[in-house]
Amino acid sequence: MTTPVVLYEEEYGQLKHVITRLCADANAKFVFLVDKNGQQIAAHGEMLNLDVTSLASLTAGNVAATDGLAHLIGERGFPVLSHEGERDNLHISIVASRVILVVIFDDRSSLGLVRLRVKRATAEMNGIFELIDSKITRERDMGIGFDSPFAEITEEDIDALFS
Amino acid sequence: MTFINYASREINCKIVYYGPGLGGKTTNLQYIYDSTSAQAKGKLISLATETDRTLFFDFLPLDLGTVRGFKTRFHLYTVPGQVFYDASRKLILKGVDGVVFVADSQRERMDANVESLFNLDLNLKQHGYDLMKLPYVLQLNKRDLPNVVSTHDLKAELIRKEEPVFEGVANRGMGVFDTLKAVAKQVLLELRKNSGG
Repeated sequence: MTTPVVLYEEEYGQLKHVITRLCADANAKFVFLVDKNGQQIAAHGEMLNLDVTSLASLTAGNVAATDGLAHLIGERGFPVLSHEGERDNLHISIVASRVILVVIFDDRSSLGLVRLRVKRATAEMNGIFELIDSKITRERDMGIGFDSPFAEITEEDIDALFS
Repeated sequence: MTFINYASREINCKIVYYGPGLGGKTTNLQYIYDSTSAQAKGKLISLATETDRTLFFDFLPLDLGTVRGFKTRFHLYTVPGQVFYDASRKLILKGVDGVVFVADSQRERMDANVESLFNLDLNLKQHGYDLMKLPYVLQLNKRDLPNVVSTHDLKAELIRKEEPVFEGVANRGMGVFDTLKAVAKQVLLELRKNSGG
Protein backbone atom coordinates (compact mmCIF):
# COMPACT_ATOMS: atom_id res chain seq x y z
CA MET A 1 0.00 0.00 0.00
CA THR A 2 1.37 3.44 -0.86
CA THR A 3 1.62 6.23 1.70
CA PRO A 4 -1.83 7.73 2.24
CA VAL A 5 -2.60 11.22 1.02
CA VAL A 6 -3.01 13.42 4.08
CA LEU A 7 -4.69 16.78 4.22
CA TYR A 8 -4.18 18.75 7.43
CA GLU A 9 -6.46 21.48 8.66
CA GLU A 10 -4.13 24.34 7.85
CA GLU A 11 -3.75 23.38 4.19
CA TYR A 12 -7.44 22.51 3.92
CA GLY A 13 -8.25 26.00 5.21
CA GLN A 14 -5.99 27.59 2.61
CA LEU A 15 -7.52 25.59 -0.23
CA LYS A 16 -11.02 26.30 0.99
CA HIS A 17 -10.22 30.03 1.06
CA VAL A 18 -9.02 29.92 -2.55
CA ILE A 19 -12.05 28.08 -3.90
CA THR A 20 -14.46 30.25 -1.92
CA ARG A 21 -12.94 33.35 -3.48
CA LEU A 22 -12.89 31.70 -6.91
CA CYS A 23 -16.59 30.91 -6.61
CA ALA A 24 -17.37 34.55 -5.83
CA ASP A 25 -14.98 36.08 -8.37
CA ALA A 26 -16.13 33.81 -11.19
CA ASN A 27 -19.85 34.20 -10.31
CA ALA A 28 -19.95 30.45 -10.19
CA LYS A 29 -22.65 28.24 -8.67
CA PHE A 30 -20.28 25.67 -7.26
CA VAL A 31 -16.57 24.98 -7.09
CA PHE A 32 -14.97 21.80 -5.90
CA LEU A 33 -11.60 20.18 -5.72
CA VAL A 34 -11.17 16.43 -6.27
CA ASP A 35 -8.08 14.33 -6.27
CA LYS A 36 -7.45 12.22 -9.35
CA ASN A 37 -8.51 9.08 -7.45
CA GLY A 38 -12.01 10.46 -7.02
CA GLN A 39 -11.80 11.69 -3.42
CA GLN A 40 -13.36 15.05 -2.71
CA ILE A 41 -10.95 17.53 -1.14
CA ALA A 42 -12.97 20.72 -0.72
CA ALA A 43 -16.10 22.34 -2.07
CA HIS A 44 -17.98 25.64 -1.94
CA GLY A 45 -21.13 26.94 -3.51
CA GLU A 46 -24.88 27.30 -3.59
CA MET A 47 -25.80 23.84 -4.90
CA LEU A 48 -26.47 22.42 -1.47
CA ASN A 49 -28.23 19.24 -2.58
CA LEU A 50 -25.54 18.23 -5.02
CA ASP A 51 -24.27 14.67 -4.60
CA VAL A 52 -20.61 15.66 -4.37
CA THR A 53 -19.41 12.10 -3.74
CA SER A 54 -20.80 10.89 -7.05
CA LEU A 55 -19.65 14.07 -8.74
CA ALA A 56 -16.10 13.53 -7.47
CA SER A 57 -15.97 9.94 -8.67
CA LEU A 58 -17.45 10.69 -12.08
CA THR A 59 -15.20 13.71 -12.57
CA ALA A 60 -12.12 11.63 -11.81
CA GLY A 61 -13.34 8.95 -14.20
CA ASN A 62 -13.98 11.57 -16.87
CA VAL A 63 -10.48 13.02 -16.47
CA ALA A 64 -8.88 9.59 -16.39
CA ALA A 65 -10.66 8.53 -19.58
CA THR A 66 -9.73 11.81 -21.28
CA ASP A 67 -6.10 11.37 -20.23
CA GLY A 68 -6.22 7.90 -21.76
CA LEU A 69 -7.54 9.34 -25.02
CA ALA A 70 -4.82 12.00 -25.01
CA HIS A 71 -2.05 9.44 -24.61
CA LEU A 72 -3.49 7.36 -27.44
CA ILE A 73 -3.16 10.26 -29.84
CA GLY A 74 0.25 11.27 -28.60
CA GLU A 75 -0.74 14.17 -26.37
CA ARG A 76 0.50 14.50 -22.79
CA GLY A 77 -3.00 15.29 -21.66
CA PHE A 78 -5.91 17.66 -21.97
CA PRO A 79 -5.53 19.89 -18.92
CA VAL A 80 -8.79 21.73 -19.50
CA LEU A 81 -12.21 20.30 -20.26
CA SER A 82 -15.38 22.24 -20.77
CA HIS A 83 -18.96 20.97 -20.95
CA GLU A 84 -21.79 23.24 -21.99
CA GLY A 85 -25.33 22.45 -20.90
CA GLU A 86 -28.69 24.06 -21.48
CA ARG A 87 -28.59 25.81 -18.15
CA ASP A 88 -25.39 24.91 -16.33
CA ASN A 89 -21.85 24.42 -17.57
CA LEU A 90 -18.79 22.62 -16.25
CA HIS A 91 -15.21 23.78 -16.42
CA ILE A 92 -12.69 21.11 -15.41
CA SER A 93 -8.98 21.76 -15.06
CA ILE A 94 -5.96 20.06 -13.51
CA VAL A 95 -4.06 21.62 -10.63
CA ALA A 96 -0.57 20.57 -9.53
CA SER A 97 -0.79 17.55 -11.88
CA ARG A 98 -2.83 15.52 -9.41
CA VAL A 99 -5.91 17.50 -8.38
CA ILE A 100 -8.98 18.37 -10.43
CA LEU A 101 -10.70 21.74 -10.10
CA VAL A 102 -14.34 21.81 -11.18
CA VAL A 103 -16.37 24.98 -11.63
CA ILE A 104 -20.11 24.82 -12.26
CA PHE A 105 -21.54 28.04 -13.66
CA ASP A 106 -24.62 29.33 -15.42
CA ASP A 107 -25.44 32.42 -17.47
CA ARG A 108 -24.55 34.70 -14.56
CA SER A 109 -20.97 34.03 -15.57
CA SER A 110 -19.11 33.21 -18.77
CA LEU A 111 -16.48 30.73 -19.90
CA GLY A 112 -14.00 33.56 -20.38
CA LEU A 113 -14.48 34.87 -16.84
CA VAL A 114 -14.26 31.39 -15.36
CA ARG A 115 -11.05 30.67 -17.28
CA LEU A 116 -9.52 33.92 -16.11
CA ARG A 117 -10.36 33.36 -12.44
CA VAL A 118 -9.36 29.69 -12.60
CA LYS A 119 -5.93 30.69 -13.89
CA ARG A 120 -5.31 32.85 -10.82
CA ALA A 121 -6.73 30.30 -8.42
CA THR A 122 -4.64 27.54 -10.00
CA ALA A 123 -1.44 29.51 -9.43
CA GLU A 124 -2.35 29.97 -5.77
CA MET A 125 -3.22 26.32 -5.30
CA ASN A 126 -0.04 25.18 -7.03
CA GLY A 127 1.82 27.12 -4.36
CA ILE A 128 -0.19 25.48 -1.57
CA PHE A 129 0.44 21.99 -2.92
CA GLU A 130 4.14 22.74 -3.26
CA LEU A 131 4.18 23.70 0.41
CA ILE A 132 2.34 20.48 1.30
CA ASP A 133 4.91 18.44 -0.62
CA SER A 134 7.85 20.24 1.02
CA LYS A 135 6.29 19.71 4.44
CA ILE A 136 5.94 15.98 3.77
CA THR A 137 9.51 15.75 2.42
CA ARG A 138 10.91 17.72 5.36
CA GLU A 139 9.12 15.54 7.90
CA ARG A 140 10.21 12.39 6.12
CA ASP A 141 13.85 13.56 6.08
CA MET A 142 13.64 14.33 9.77
CA GLY A 143 12.31 10.85 10.41
CA ILE A 144 8.92 12.12 11.51
CA GLY A 145 6.49 9.38 10.62
CA PHE A 146 3.07 9.95 9.21
CA ASP A 147 0.69 10.60 12.07
CA SER A 148 -2.13 8.27 11.27
CA PRO A 149 -5.31 8.15 13.35
CA PHE A 150 -5.16 4.41 12.73
CA ALA A 151 -1.82 3.86 14.41
CA GLU A 152 -3.56 2.65 17.57
CA ILE A 153 -6.49 0.90 15.92
CA THR A 154 -7.26 -2.54 17.27
CA GLU A 155 -8.93 -5.53 15.66
CA GLU A 156 -11.86 -4.96 17.99
CA ASP A 157 -12.23 -1.41 16.60
CA ILE A 158 -12.34 -2.85 13.08
CA ASP A 159 -14.77 -5.64 13.98
CA ALA A 160 -17.07 -3.09 15.59
CA LEU A 161 -17.40 -1.33 12.22
CA PHE A 162 -19.14 -4.39 10.85
CA SER A 163 -21.33 -5.25 13.81
CA MET B 1 -4.69 5.42 -2.31
CA THR B 2 -6.08 6.13 1.12
CA PHE B 3 -7.07 9.75 1.66
CA ILE B 4 -7.05 11.14 5.19
CA ASN B 5 -8.71 14.50 5.69
CA TYR B 6 -7.95 15.91 9.15
CA ALA B 7 -10.21 18.89 8.56
CA SER B 8 -13.35 16.87 7.92
CA ARG B 9 -12.15 13.90 10.06
CA GLU B 10 -12.64 11.43 7.24
CA ILE B 11 -10.63 8.57 5.90
CA ASN B 12 -11.45 7.24 2.44
CA CYS B 13 -10.26 3.97 0.99
CA LYS B 14 -10.76 2.49 -2.48
CA ILE B 15 -11.67 -1.14 -3.14
CA VAL B 16 -11.90 -2.51 -6.65
CA TYR B 17 -13.87 -5.61 -7.64
CA TYR B 18 -12.10 -7.35 -10.51
CA GLY B 19 -12.79 -10.47 -12.53
CA PRO B 20 -14.00 -11.88 -15.85
CA GLY B 21 -17.08 -10.61 -17.64
CA LEU B 22 -20.45 -11.58 -16.15
CA GLY B 23 -18.73 -13.09 -13.12
CA GLY B 24 -20.74 -11.20 -10.50
CA LYS B 25 -18.80 -8.02 -9.73
CA THR B 26 -21.71 -5.67 -10.33
CA THR B 27 -24.05 -8.13 -8.61
CA ASN B 28 -21.88 -7.92 -5.49
CA LEU B 29 -22.18 -4.14 -5.43
CA GLN B 30 -25.89 -4.24 -6.20
CA TYR B 31 -26.49 -6.62 -3.29
CA ILE B 32 -24.43 -4.47 -0.93
CA TYR B 33 -26.38 -1.41 -2.04
CA ASP B 34 -29.77 -3.10 -1.62
CA SER B 35 -28.86 -4.42 1.82
CA THR B 36 -27.29 -1.29 3.31
CA SER B 37 -29.23 1.35 5.20
CA ALA B 38 -29.73 4.72 3.54
CA GLN B 39 -27.52 6.52 6.08
CA ALA B 40 -24.58 4.27 5.34
CA LYS B 41 -24.50 4.47 1.57
CA GLY B 42 -24.38 6.94 -1.27
CA LYS B 43 -25.81 6.51 -4.75
CA LEU B 44 -24.85 3.47 -6.76
CA ILE B 45 -23.46 4.81 -10.00
CA SER B 46 -23.40 2.38 -12.92
CA LEU B 47 -21.87 3.37 -16.21
CA ALA B 48 -23.19 0.55 -18.35
CA THR B 49 -24.24 -0.37 -21.85
CA GLU B 50 -27.84 -0.70 -22.95
CA THR B 51 -27.65 -4.39 -22.11
CA ASP B 52 -26.45 -3.66 -18.57
CA ARG B 53 -22.86 -4.75 -19.15
CA THR B 54 -20.47 -2.51 -17.21
CA LEU B 55 -18.98 -0.06 -19.67
CA PHE B 56 -16.66 1.98 -17.50
CA PHE B 57 -17.28 1.35 -13.79
CA ASP B 58 -19.80 0.95 -11.03
CA PHE B 59 -19.26 3.04 -7.94
CA LEU B 60 -20.75 2.76 -4.46
CA PRO B 61 -19.60 4.84 -1.50
CA LEU B 62 -20.11 3.19 1.89
CA ASP B 63 -19.86 4.73 5.31
CA LEU B 64 -18.71 2.04 7.72
CA GLY B 65 -18.79 4.16 10.85
CA THR B 66 -16.35 6.02 13.04
CA VAL B 67 -12.99 4.80 14.26
CA ARG B 68 -10.88 6.94 16.58
CA GLY B 69 -13.02 9.95 15.71
CA PHE B 70 -12.63 9.48 11.98
CA LYS B 71 -15.47 8.64 9.63
CA THR B 72 -14.36 5.57 7.71
CA ARG B 73 -15.62 5.48 4.17
CA PHE B 74 -14.97 2.88 1.55
CA HIS B 75 -15.40 3.61 -2.13
CA LEU B 76 -16.28 0.40 -3.97
CA TYR B 77 -15.64 0.20 -7.67
CA THR B 78 -16.12 -2.55 -10.23
CA VAL B 79 -14.27 -2.76 -13.51
CA PRO B 80 -15.76 -3.89 -16.83
CA GLY B 81 -14.87 -7.54 -17.19
CA GLN B 82 -15.05 -7.99 -20.96
CA VAL B 83 -11.61 -8.49 -22.41
CA PHE B 84 -11.60 -5.51 -24.77
CA TYR B 85 -12.20 -2.99 -21.95
CA ASP B 86 -8.64 -3.34 -20.66
CA ALA B 87 -7.81 0.36 -21.04
CA SER B 88 -10.72 1.24 -18.75
CA ARG B 89 -9.77 -1.41 -16.20
CA LYS B 90 -6.31 0.12 -15.95
CA LEU B 91 -7.78 3.54 -15.16
CA ILE B 92 -10.11 2.26 -12.45
CA LEU B 93 -7.28 0.46 -10.64
CA LYS B 94 -5.42 3.71 -10.03
CA GLY B 95 -5.23 4.55 -6.33
CA VAL B 96 -6.59 1.17 -5.23
CA ASP B 97 -6.21 0.15 -1.59
CA GLY B 98 -7.69 -3.34 -1.79
CA VAL B 99 -8.90 -5.77 -4.46
CA VAL B 100 -11.61 -8.40 -4.57
CA PHE B 101 -11.32 -10.93 -7.35
CA VAL B 102 -14.73 -12.34 -8.23
CA ALA B 103 -14.18 -15.65 -9.98
CA ASP B 104 -16.90 -17.37 -11.97
CA SER B 105 -17.08 -20.97 -10.72
CA GLN B 106 -18.54 -22.37 -13.96
CA ARG B 107 -16.34 -24.90 -15.70
CA GLU B 108 -16.49 -23.10 -19.06
CA ARG B 109 -15.27 -19.85 -17.46
CA MET B 110 -12.09 -21.27 -15.99
CA ASP B 111 -9.86 -19.88 -18.74
CA ALA B 112 -11.52 -16.48 -18.38
CA ASN B 113 -10.78 -16.48 -14.64
CA VAL B 114 -7.12 -17.25 -15.22
CA GLU B 115 -6.81 -14.65 -17.96
CA SER B 116 -8.50 -12.01 -15.82
CA LEU B 117 -6.24 -12.74 -12.85
CA PHE B 118 -3.18 -12.46 -15.05
CA ASN B 119 -4.57 -9.19 -16.40
CA LEU B 120 -5.09 -7.89 -12.84
CA ASP B 121 -1.49 -8.65 -11.93
CA LEU B 122 -0.22 -6.95 -15.07
CA ASN B 123 -2.35 -3.83 -14.68
CA LEU B 124 -1.41 -3.49 -11.01
CA LYS B 125 2.28 -3.71 -11.93
CA GLN B 126 1.81 -0.93 -14.46
CA HIS B 127 0.59 1.29 -11.63
CA GLY B 128 3.50 0.27 -9.43
CA TYR B 129 1.47 -2.07 -7.22
CA ASP B 130 2.32 -5.63 -6.28
CA LEU B 131 -0.60 -8.03 -5.89
CA MET B 132 1.46 -9.98 -3.38
CA LYS B 133 1.56 -6.95 -1.07
CA LEU B 134 -1.90 -5.50 -1.64
CA PRO B 135 -4.95 -6.33 0.51
CA TYR B 136 -6.68 -8.99 -1.56
CA VAL B 137 -9.58 -11.43 -1.27
CA LEU B 138 -10.81 -14.13 -3.63
CA GLN B 139 -14.51 -14.83 -4.04
CA LEU B 140 -15.64 -18.01 -5.80
CA ASN B 141 -19.01 -16.93 -7.10
CA LYS B 142 -21.96 -18.81 -8.59
CA ARG B 143 -21.52 -21.83 -6.32
CA ASP B 144 -25.20 -22.66 -6.81
CA LEU B 145 -24.87 -23.55 -10.49
CA PRO B 146 -24.72 -27.20 -11.58
CA ASN B 147 -21.63 -26.99 -13.80
CA VAL B 148 -19.13 -25.59 -11.30
CA VAL B 149 -15.54 -26.56 -10.72
CA SER B 150 -14.83 -27.81 -7.22
CA THR B 151 -13.56 -25.22 -4.76
CA HIS B 152 -10.43 -27.32 -4.34
CA ASP B 153 -9.62 -27.10 -8.05
CA LEU B 154 -10.56 -23.42 -8.25
CA LYS B 155 -8.29 -22.61 -5.36
CA ALA B 156 -5.48 -24.61 -6.90
CA GLU B 157 -5.72 -22.52 -10.06
CA LEU B 158 -6.48 -19.10 -8.65
CA ILE B 159 -5.03 -18.66 -5.17
CA ARG B 160 -2.02 -16.39 -5.21
CA LYS B 161 -0.84 -15.83 -1.67
CA GLU B 162 -3.02 -17.59 0.90
CA GLU B 163 -5.57 -14.84 0.60
CA PRO B 164 -8.96 -15.31 2.27
CA VAL B 165 -11.31 -17.21 -0.01
CA PHE B 166 -15.09 -17.02 0.18
CA GLU B 167 -17.69 -19.03 -1.62
CA GLY B 168 -20.43 -16.90 -3.03
CA VAL B 169 -23.82 -16.78 -4.62
CA ALA B 170 -23.83 -13.04 -5.14
CA ASN B 171 -27.34 -12.73 -6.56
CA ARG B 172 -28.64 -14.15 -3.28
CA GLY B 173 -26.09 -12.37 -1.14
CA MET B 174 -24.18 -15.40 0.02
CA GLY B 175 -20.57 -14.50 0.70
CA VAL B 176 -20.99 -10.87 -0.37
CA PHE B 177 -20.61 -9.17 2.99
CA ASP B 178 -18.07 -11.69 4.24
CA THR B 179 -15.93 -10.80 1.23
CA LEU B 180 -16.33 -7.07 1.78
CA LYS B 181 -15.55 -7.29 5.48
CA ALA B 182 -12.45 -9.35 4.82
CA VAL B 183 -10.96 -6.94 2.32
CA ALA B 184 -11.91 -3.85 4.35
CA LYS B 185 -10.29 -5.36 7.42
CA GLN B 186 -7.11 -6.05 5.49
CA VAL B 187 -7.03 -2.46 4.24
CA LEU B 188 -7.42 -1.02 7.74
CA LEU B 189 -4.84 -3.35 9.24
CA GLU B 190 -2.45 -2.40 6.47
CA LEU B 191 -3.03 1.27 7.33
CA ARG B 192 -2.15 0.51 10.91
CA LYS B 193 0.97 -1.34 9.86
CA ASN B 194 2.12 1.50 7.62
CA SER B 195 1.67 4.06 10.36
CA GLY B 196 3.89 2.19 12.75
CA GLY B 197 1.03 0.77 14.79
